[in-house]
Amino acid sequence: MQNLALGGLLLAAAVVPLVSDGYWLSIATTAMMYIALSTSWALFSGPTHLIALSTGAFFGIGGYMVGTGMSDYEQSFWTMALIAPLVATALALLVGLATLRLSGVYFVIFTLGLAEMVRNLVSWVQNNFLGSRGLYVLTDFTEAHIYWMLLAVAAVVFLAGSWLNRSRLGFALRIIGNDEEVARHVGINTAWSKVILFMTTGFFAALVGAIVAPRYSYIEPNVVFSPELSFMVVIMALLGGVHRLWGPLVGVIPFTLAWEAITVSFPNSTTLFLGLSFLLIVYLIPHGFTGLFETMLGRMRK
Amino acid sequence: MTPGDTILRVQNLTKRFGGLVAVNDLSFDVREHEVMGIIGPNGSGKSTTMNLISGALKASSGAIVLKGADLTPLPPHKIARLGVARTFQLVRILPKLTVLENVIAGAAFSHKPRWGAEAERFASDLLDRLELGDKKDLGVDALTYIDQKRLELARALASEPEVLLLDEWLAGLNPSELQIGIALIADLRSEGRTIILVEHVMDAIRSLCDRCVVMNSGTKIAEGTPAEVLSDAEVIRAYLGEG
Ligand SMILES: Nc1ncnc2c1ncn2[C@@H]1O[C@H](COP(=O)(O)OP(=O)(O)O)[C@@H](O)[C@H]1O
Ligand SMILES: [Mg+2]
Repeated sequence: MQNLALGGLLLAAAVVPLVSDGYWLSIATTAMMYIALSTSWALFSGPTHLIALSTGAFFGIGGYMVGTGMSDYEQSFWTMALIAPLVATALALLVGLATLRLSGVYFVIFTLGLAEMVRNLVSWVQNNFLGSRGLYVLTDFTEAHIYWMLLAVAAVVFLAGSWLNRSRLGFALRIIGNDEEVARHVGINTAWSKVILFMTTGFFAALVGAIVAPRYSYIEPNVVFSPELSFMVVIMALLGGVHRLWGPLVGVIPFTLAWEAITVSFPNSTTLFLGLSFLLIVYLIPHGFTGLFETMLGRMRK
Repeated sequence: MTPGDTILRVQNLTKRFGGLVAVNDLSFDVREHEVMGIIGPNGSGKSTTMNLISGALKASSGAIVLKGADLTPLPPHKIARLGVARTFQLVRILPKLTVLENVIAGAAFSHKPRWGAEAERFASDLLDRLELGDKKDLGVDALTYIDQKRLELARALASEPEVLLLDEWLAGLNPSELQIGIALIADLRSEGRTIILVEHVMDAIRSLCDRCVVMNSGTKIAEGTPAEVLSDAEVIRAYLGEG
């Protein structure tokens, strides 16, 4: 029954490009991008309560590597879309090992700086060694192709998440989120458990970055390594609620629509709105829509 | 059960916090199936000793050896996987997990890992034994203080430890709960478990411990059966003088 419903949902999502015009398809593609990003982000940050602000860094690696690979090294899109997530996973391993052993605050601050650091490094290498030429991503992909690829990634993220929820690793992460000292004392290698999950989020963020690169057609480090993206992912996941696998999904859809309206009406104050949404969500609905929904359901039963 | 061979060796263990020497050149052995008490006035270094054994703290010098394996340099999760389980002086249960999940947490990553249906059955049996069987599926906020203590003990037992560390597990119980608590540990003792017990309750020490180490200001001042150490002049002075 549940599988049937999920299959139906997947099918419904798959026919979106066939029934919508360019404008709505573009919004749906953006939403699908954020569904994959927020859901995979929550796999790590949900149970551990560590707010990772590194999505932009890994996403940027995906986009930038597709750009430089296709423009400078004559690689195919597919090769780069395969290599980029592995590079991001390796970077996540290094960052995780360096910061996740320390206290949570270190981790959050470091991830915030990471996108900026990688962006500067990439710009520097680009300007000094590769020449500051533009990076073109020319493919035959239509928006529908990109949408379907993102849908496939999102489906894999959900599969991975539902496996994780039933696995010992997922259980270990929940224990870590409850009490890290107890986690260590029942035999959990807390550092590695966190690093493995952080690598997973890095992998998916870079994969998504690579897939949407053809949307930009022209890649610039300043655009793909965007701190705004990191915050958007966090906000949408928190809005939906991170204690359920499908929570972020519930946050992404309304927020993407609202954000579309905001960027059209107030193109110069998006940062202000981003900050405002963040504060409102954290203060008003700390457990997101899913938390709200479950509380209401609980009250109705009583 | 009669004590067997030495299972845990504490050798010249020292822990400094800055200028303070919390544990000073402490040595003792624990034998299999033995209940070893660590007693002493507040601040004498008992919890620090437990924390050093479980790996929560790193020793400044000295060694802790479990069945020939040197625990001293190991992180807590590796020590746990060698068969050391503990409860904490201030009870620590996992607040967002159910009662049953709290116990499975103790079983899933131990030296005898259990998972899935087997872990659930094993954890259920343990909860039945500790008279928490009917609260399995509840959240832990529904538990009374003694039930929280029982749950923490169940989590530790779920790993089937070689050595069980109980840091003032009886503290804070009212007189009738105390009798239940003492009976419970007496049960564990008669099963032949190896236990290191930090305790203030004299009745418990007399009835449960095979031997005791008495600490004062980080130093061992006596070791022997409860009857021996509790009649020792220096021990009486330590308790009456500063305790
Ligand atoms: N983490 C710590 N940092 C600094 N001092 C500590 C720490 N833990 C314990 N101490 C000090 O070490 C001494 C022994 O403490 P503890 O082992 O908790 O005593 P006990 O359990 O016997 O009451 C006390 O003086 C205490 O203040
Ligand atoms: Mg103590």
